[in-house]
Amino acid sequence: MTTTSTGTRKLTIARAMAEATAQAMREDPTVFVMGEDVGPLGGVFGNTRGLHEEFGSDRVRDTPISETAFIGAAVGAASDGMRPIVELMFVDFFGVCMDAIYNLMAKNTYFSGGRVKVPMVLMTSTGGGYSDAGQHSQCLYATFAHLPGMKVVVPSNAHDAKGLMTAAIRDDNPVVFMYHKALQGMGWLGTEKGATVPVPEEAYSVEIGKAAVAREGRDLTLVSLGAGVHHCLRAAKALEAEGFDAEVVDLRSLVPLDRETVRASVAKTGRLIVVDEDYHSFGVSGEIIASVVEHDHRLKAAPARVAYPDIPIPFAPTMEQWALPDADKIVAAFHQMLRNH
Amino acid sequence: MHPTRDQRLWMYRQMVTSRYLEERIETLYMEGKTPVFNMAKGPIPGEMHLSNGQEPCAAGVCAHLGPEDIVTATHRPHHIAVAKGVDLDAMVAEIFGKATGLAGGRGGHMHLFDERVNFSCSGIIGEGLGPAVGAALSRKMQGKSGVAVAFMGEGAANQGAFHEALNLAAVWQLPVVFVIEDNAWGISVAKQASTAVPRNDSRAAAYGMPGMHVADNDVDGVFAAAGEAIARARDGQGPSLIEIETARLAGHFMGDGEDYRPEGEKAGLEARDPIPRYRRALLEAGLLDAAADAGLVDEAHERVEAAIRFAQDSDFLPAEAALDAVFV
Repeated sequence: MTTTSTGTRKLTIARAMAEATAQAMREDPTVFVMGEDVGPLGGVFGNTRGLHEEFGSDRVRDTPISETAFIGAAVGAASDGMRPIVELMFVDFFGVCMDAIYNLMAKNTYFSGGRVKVPMVLMTSTGGGYSDAGQHSQCLYATFAHLPGMKVVVPSNAHDAKGLMTAAIRDDNPVVFMYHKALQGMGWLGTEKGATVPVPEEAYSVEIGKAAVAREGRDLTLVSLGAGVHHCLRAAKALEAEGFDAEVVDLRSLVPLDRETVRASVAKTGRLIVVDEDYHSFGVSGEIIASVVEHDHRLKAAPARVAYPDIPIPFAPTMEQWALPDADKIVAAFHQMLRNH
Repeated sequence: MHPTRDQRLWMYRQMVTSRYLEERIETLYMEGKTPVFNMAKGPIPGEMHLSNGQEPCAAGVCAHLGPEDIVTATHRPHHIAVAKGVDLDAMVAEIFGKATGLAGGRGGHMHLFDERVNFSCSGIIGEGLGPAVGAALSRKMQGKSGVAVAFMGEGAANQGAFHEALNLAAVWQLPVVFVIEDNAWGISVAKQASTAVPRNDSRAAAYGMPGMHVADNDVDGVFAAAGEAIARARDGQGPSLIEIETARLAGHFMGDGEDYRPEGEKAGLEARDPIPRYRRALLEAGLLDAAADAGLVDEAHERVEAAIRFAQDSDFLPAEAALDAVFV
């Protein structure tokens, strides 16, 4: 493999995550991977492909279907000098192991007064759109971001996925790395083309806690994360044809949350729509809107949100697609905003 | 495996120290809580789970451990922390919530972390098992010495975490020992009303690991069983499970009326208090005389009193320090 960065080599998020992990494992013997089917299979979503061949069963460990044990074990290993990367295959499975995540992983540093470090990455898949129903399709971004003590990142493209994965592995704090299935580049899940972008070959970090402006604009700020960023970019293109210039902010991290970038954008455009595939109520959309209006309420229009309705995710494609955020719904929300003001 | 004279005296000293600490905490805890019991009042607010009676479990196991070995303990952690060598001043200061405490007062008595001796505990049943397995995995992967010991109450053996952790430790043949302190009560529910088998060590068979049982809260028996299990772990032969029949001489927590106990149970347990029993055994074996015993007890008491003075003389952190140490 060449080490030069041409800036043209495109990777899927799955490949980018595996590459970041492999590079970290080559430079740091304390980094290892464990989870269900992360070994010879290479991860159900492809993000550990090639690791088992290179590093073997000791450092790329298939676990029993036993999340409480192996996530708890990751906490113990991280506190003892290792840097585990542990996979919760679907974020929906958090229900069987949340104690290890939010009571141990997220609190041991605080309860030790900062003396015990828990440098681990919990990577987990999110999102629906392929009729897997309500136990395999949720995003649950806010559930994790709500609970203090863990960083949370959500990449929208392969460049950020590699840089955020490298940063997460190097971080001395626990980081929850939430990757959206529709962005992984696995053919059988349908793939968002915009997520497969040029990725430098050398290791690099994307700063955790720093949002990106994915598209600049003057008339409207669209804020989203993960797959939602791509819906926003499509909506921005549609609005451009109508003569409106939308800015798109890709949050990239939820914890820490880059409120400054969001506020600066809304200060410029005066209009805000938040797009979130997680549930509507008590979530990311409410937090972003509150972060803006508690800082400055002089907007041109009341903020709006396009989020998942407060329902379990249905199986039938007609119902699921009706409920999911998409570009048309974002455009409609903007039209409604103009009518209201 | 029989303890040497020094090991027996060491275990006796740990038990005496721990018991005196609990007795002093009991008194201090009640300050400001009479005549009306309000958990938020007094120099030690919050829940308090005393370990009186369970000292043999801690002393008999920790006699085989050094600072490099890992221990995860429970919501009832003081006896284990003492025997594992946690800094007593910083531990008591943490129990008081002071700036000089192990976590500056952020954790309190259920959340004691002393990384210098690889000790931690936590407040939820069965929670320390996964981390112990992971620490053992870490040692095995790094080729470093050290075993992990996860303490739990008998109630934890009905948690999913128990079964998952034993399975994982056995699948990966990790240097970890699971120690059940069977005090016969899960708060107010008796073991026989909650547990499908009379003895949890029999559950070891389900995971292909040795299970051992220690009867009658016998510290020398704990020493023997733990010695065998820990030696096996150090030798790369994988995990073991030990259940120790112990006694909770106090309530589940301070303020527990203990009305659920059968008539006479407590008097019976107190008559079998393991510390006077061990004292008599040591006197009879000629390992201790009355004067040496008095000296040992005085020394243990003074060590505890010094830690309490240290805690009482320490300040609290400024309230806004609550915002620190969420991340490193």
